[in-house]
Amino acid sequence: MPQVIGVPKETTAGEKRVATVPEVVEKLIKLGFSVKVESGAGDAADCSDESYRAAGAQIADSAAKLWAESDIVFKIGVPSAEEVGLMHEGQTLITFIWPAQNPELMQQLAARKVTVLAIDALPRMLSRAQKMDALTSQAGVAGYRAVIEAANAFGRFFNGQITAAGKVQPAKVFIAGAGVAGLAAIGTAASLGAIVRANDTRAEVADQVVSLGGEFVKVDYEEEGSGGGGYAKVMSEGFQQAQREMYAKQAREVDIIITTALIPGKPAPRLITAEMVKSMKAGSVIVDMAAERGGNCELTEPGKAVVKHGVTIVGYTDLASRLAKQSSTLYGTNLFRLTEELCKTKDGVINVNMEDDAIRGLTVVKEGNITWPPPPLKLPAPPPAKAAMPPKAPKHGEASAPASATRTAVMFGIAALAFWFVGANAPAAFLGHFTVFVLAVFVGYMVVWNVTPALHTPLMSVTNAISSIIAIGALVQIAPPMMGGTVARPEAWIHWLAWVGIALTAVNMFGGFAVTQRMLQMFRK
Amino acid sequence: MTATLATASYIGATILFILSLGGLSNPESSRRGNLYGMIGMTIAVLATVTGPHVTSAGYAWIVGAMVVGGSIGLYASRVVRMTQMPELVALMHSLVGLAAMLVGFANYIDPAAATEFSGAAKSIHEMEIYIGILIGAVTFTGSVIAFGKLSGKIGGKTLLLPGRHWLNLAGLLVVIWFGREFLHAESISDGMIPLVVMTVIALLFGIHMVMAIGGADMPVVISMLNSYSGWAAAATGFMLSNDLLIVVGALVGSSGAILSYIMCRAMNRNFISVIAGGFGSEGGAPAPAGGVQPAGEVNPVLAAETAELLRESKNVIIVPGYGMAVAQAQHTVYEITKVLRDKGVNVRFGIHPVAGRMPGHMNVLLAEAKVPYDIVLEMDELNEDFPDTDVAMIIGANDIVNPAAEEDPSSPIAGMPVLQVWKAKTSIVMKRSMATGYAGVDNPLFYKDNNRMLFGDAKKMLDEVLAALKS
Repeated sequence: MPQVIGVPKETTAGEKRVATVPEVVEKLIKLGFSVKVESGAGDAADCSDESYRAAGAQIADSAAKLWAESDIVFKIGVPSAEEVGLMHEGQTLITFIWPAQNPELMQQLAARKVTVLAIDALPRMLSRAQKMDALTSQAGVAGYRAVIEAANAFGRFFNGQITAAGKVQPAKVFIAGAGVAGLAAIGTAASLGAIVRANDTRAEVADQVVSLGGEFVKVDYEEEGSGGGGYAKVMSEGFQQAQREMYAKQAREVDIIITTALIPGKPAPRLITAEMVKSMKAGSVIVDMAAERGGNCELTEPGKAVVKHGVTIVGYTDLASRLAKQSSTLYGTNLFRLTEELCKTKDGVINVNMEDDAIRGLTVVKEGNITWPPPPLKLPAPPPAKAAMPPKAPKHGEASAPASATRTAVMFGIAALAFWFVGANAPAAFLGHFTVFVLAVFVGYMVVWNVTPALHTPLMSVTNAISSIIAIGALVQIAPPMMGGTVARPEAWIHWLAWVGIALTAVNMFGGFAVTQRMLQMFRK
Repeated sequence: MTATLATASYIGATILFILSLGGLSNPESSRRGNLYGMIGMTIAVLATVTGPHVTSAGYAWIVGAMVVGGSIGLYASRVVRMTQMPELVALMHSLVGLAAMLVGFANYIDPAAATEFSGAAKSIHEMEIYIGILIGAVTFTGSVIAFGKLSGKIGGKTLLLPGRHWLNLAGLLVVIWFGREFLHAESISDGMIPLVVMTVIALLFGIHMVMAIGGADMPVVISMLNSYSGWAAAATGFMLSNDLLIVVGALVGSSGAILSYIMCRAMNRNFISVIAGGFGSEGGAPAPAGGVQPAGEVNPVLAAETAELLRESKNVIIVPGYGMAVAQAQHTVYEITKVLRDKGVNVRFGIHPVAGRMPGHMNVLLAEAKVPYDIVLEMDELNEDFPDTDVAMIIGANDIVNPAAEEDPSSPIAGMPVLQVWKAKTSIVMKRSMATGYAGVDNPLFYKDNNRMLFGDAKKMLDEVLAALKS
């Protein structure tokens, strides 16, 4: 009996998102589930009841009915007390919970004897959890929207232009905090043509900032700010002093500031003081993405856009919801990936496997028992330090470093001995040939190092062809001029050996050159 | 033609041969280089035939042999498929080896050839014959076995006889002992026995040596046999006191030696260990306990998703391996490349020095499919670009993209230079199954999060990708 996934209409005021979209409904049905959607759940996100029905979902008329008939409920917002009241024993709820901030809600949920997976409790450092990371997907949407809100409130172009009516300077945007939302904001602002600067206490994100077209502004103070789990930590007083100076300087220079700085479990750090706002140019914009947690700017009013000292300060807390279709699609996909993990058998029945690190972390209430916080994650041992790389081999054609003096001396010594031995014992005629041989080896060495690796196969076939020069050995034996004929010569034997030799080498001679030619003809630009 | 004129012609031929090899430094000049080689060969043969050592009685024989051999050669060069180049090259090496053997024997049984020598010169001459035949014989059977392995007529597995190093050593000692006997032989018939015994041992040694070498080491073997065929020619040159043969033999010999060296370096192996036996056969134990066993899940994808990924990327690097050659997929690969390039995607090819079964094998296959050579790059030219690459597509390659070579010091292939495909945003590995490569090492790349596996026959899968791209 396949389980029913229910998607109610969100009840939080102003929430436009919905926990799944028709495209994802199809995929859920393929996993074996049946899907029920509350009538009107997707209206604000441009997903009509009709489109859900077309994707295979059933439509429930009321929230009460939906909650009663579903085995699993997908939501986005933290459930309200009424919604908790609608839950029944054995039901599973997947949504944002923020268990640390909502201890009472946790008690209420436990009392209903349900299972709750808090999508915000996902262990984000597990790399396979990335596909289910709704915080990331929603933050990305919010970062994009923050730039759009800023552009909306800003009275000028973002990109520099030279028009018939004069030159337009590009807007300067400063982004505080280069997490997921910050990076999305950097990319969006840069693609609109603005000059983008960004700062983060974690030095390792500098490359990511640059890769998105931003410029990384360093705080002139040495301290590493990575606090584990991809978040930042609280910094020392000396650092904060240097950081304030840097922010004050940026505030005087830029047109738009977007702040995204959050530290887990703490109020948002105050980065932009009233003084700094005053120092900004008239018409500037601040978008405070941390407004919900108190704001990074002193003058932010959560949920509102206000103008203070000539600066528009946007403190919306529903940035992701303002792009409801996009954020719903991404959230729906996150939940679908989670469902895949929960239902590996693809038979439409979920299994909350507490042995699985990712699922263990997500599960905050299991059959009425509070299982939050989870035990610390057994992270795999850090990978062994990178093996010392062997010194880089010289590139092809590059001169290698001279060998060590002793080694060179020994080599020369051995060579000298060998040559002395040859010189002392060999007859003059042999020495002449020997000279030619040694010189030819050297010439070959020099010439062949210059051959481009792409042509190594033709090189082999052409050397093959020219090694058929051995034919000369056979040619001079097949019919040499007879000198006096003093000794009996096994004519027939020599003849045939030489004949076969010529024939064999002719195969190489003609075949080798021909096939080389054929290959080289193919090398075209 | 007089003797002096013939010698002068030989000098000209020598220069042309050197220019011929020098021309290969660049695809543009290479065609002319090959032409130089042909002219050089023609001059050398004509100067010899019309020179003082050949009487007109032999012309008919020579022409007959040339026509027979030449037509076989031309026919073979026409019908050979580019994927079979390694086999053809191996076969041609064996012919050079066999010819060197025959010339050596013919020279030895010709009493007229040795009349001008006496004393030390005679000993040296006989030693030259002995060594020439030795190298020729090893080249001959070694190449025949290499041909068999490459064409699949002999299994690619390594054949390891017990105590094979001692066998080889014993063989060497016997060869030296009979060499002494041979030099002290009073007459030609007396010397024949040691000579034949040595030849048989050399033939067996050639078989044994190549049988013990595994498939992935084939590029080294082929270039090594290339080198041997050169030394065989040089030895013949000494035997006949012919400088042209010596020079050409030395050129070919050092060329093959350099190629072997490049191939060994590309596998981070030393030449001796390649010759001594197949991969993993020595320290046959699996990676020591400290080694990180790759674990996790692989992410399989379908051809349609692959096409989607390719279509949405800006930079693509394709890394072909032997699997592409086996599946004959190079033409489809180029079709895909064309479609993507028309869409403005920057597609390039990354070639590892030992990809395929002979040096430069992949380049020839891609050239056959009309891939322009300026987008086919070497490992060193490309490795730094992977972080900026959206998709790295690996077609039938395994060990040459194994991150364990850089990350896991206990891995058997640690230190081998590899293409760092895992640094690309996404890598797609096209493979039949999860089987290991020739090195027998598991590949942690498959388990990386940014890696996708496209299982199936490379040709079939690529055809599907192409269809999806075009639709």
